[in-house]
Amino acid sequence: MTDFQPAIRAEALESLLIEKGLLDPAAVDRVIEQFNDRTGPMNGARVVARAWTDADFKERLLHEGSLAVEEYAFEGGQIDKLVVVANTGLVHNLVVCTLCSCYPWALLGLPPKWYKDPSYRARSVREPRAVLQEFGVALAASTDVRVWDSSAEIRYMVLPQQPPEWVGLEQADLAHRITRDSMIGVGLLSA
Amino acid sequence: MSRQETSVALPGQLQPPMMNGEVVFEAPWQGRVFGMAVALHEAGCFEWEEFQASLIAAVGAWDAASSEPYAYYVHFERALQELLQAKGMVGDGELNRRSGEFSERSHGHDHPVRS
Repeated sequence: MTDFQPAIRAEALESLLIEKGLLDPAAVDRVIEQFNDRTGPMNGARVVARAWTDADFKERLLHEGSLAVEEYAFEGGQIDKLVVVANTGLVHNLVVCTLCSCYPWALLGLPPKWYKDPSYRARSVREPRAVLQEFGVALAASTDVRVWDSSAEIRYMVLPQQPPEWVGLEQADLAHRITRDSMIGVGLLSA
Repeated sequence: MSRQETSVALPGQLQPPMMNGEVVFEAPWQGRVFGMAVALHEAGCFEWEEFQASLIAAVGAWDAASSEPYAYYVHFERALQELLQAKGMVGDGELNRRSGEFSERSHGHDHPVRS
């Protein structure tokens, strides 16, 4: 392939697709706007906050993730086969996509840069504890670390542990305290 | 608008979820190629799984042997081009010609669309 700047190639590709009637540039604008403004970790945080305060919802979320979040009608897709895995005192979950960058867009937005990088993709499977330590997550030696590799269809999200100090807070308040990293499994929440 | 301004401008629940301090796209062209892929899929040009397979191949080619620095959206763009070429929608020849035309524009027009 001839070596043009990626920005030039992108513009050339878009102009050809428009000429051929295959692409509506306004649709591209809408996708960008959606991911810049409306789709992101705040959606996942709302779901986590509800799971912490609604035992019935939590059970449904862990049992059949996609169905449980259907009522929110989140934009962004990539959650048709959503599996939510819960952290406990004994188990810590970590999400990765070893082959590319699969990620539950509608709940967490687009993945951060490091999630797509070769180092995270390879090392989170090979040496998850070392990777977690680099993210500042120190786990007891007895904690069972489970790594979930997003496959062609399944997208994972971690249900982080609720800090005891946060019990009794309203869902909206809780949602603002929940970080994206805690829902990927590379962060812990603390009061 | 910077992320900081966005966060200040919108209250409570409406605050854009963004990326815990990271921007979604580092350059406008990255947003365009991502938006093109999603829009073409939504318009029925290909199944998302087909794009995903192309992306895995593009990323895998880098993983296997590359001296270039890893640049995710460069692979993403390549994956889209290769899928569109395989589907007979946009050929490499016409894409190279158009890229050549665009790269030779006079100064002041060498920026991506809608940047």
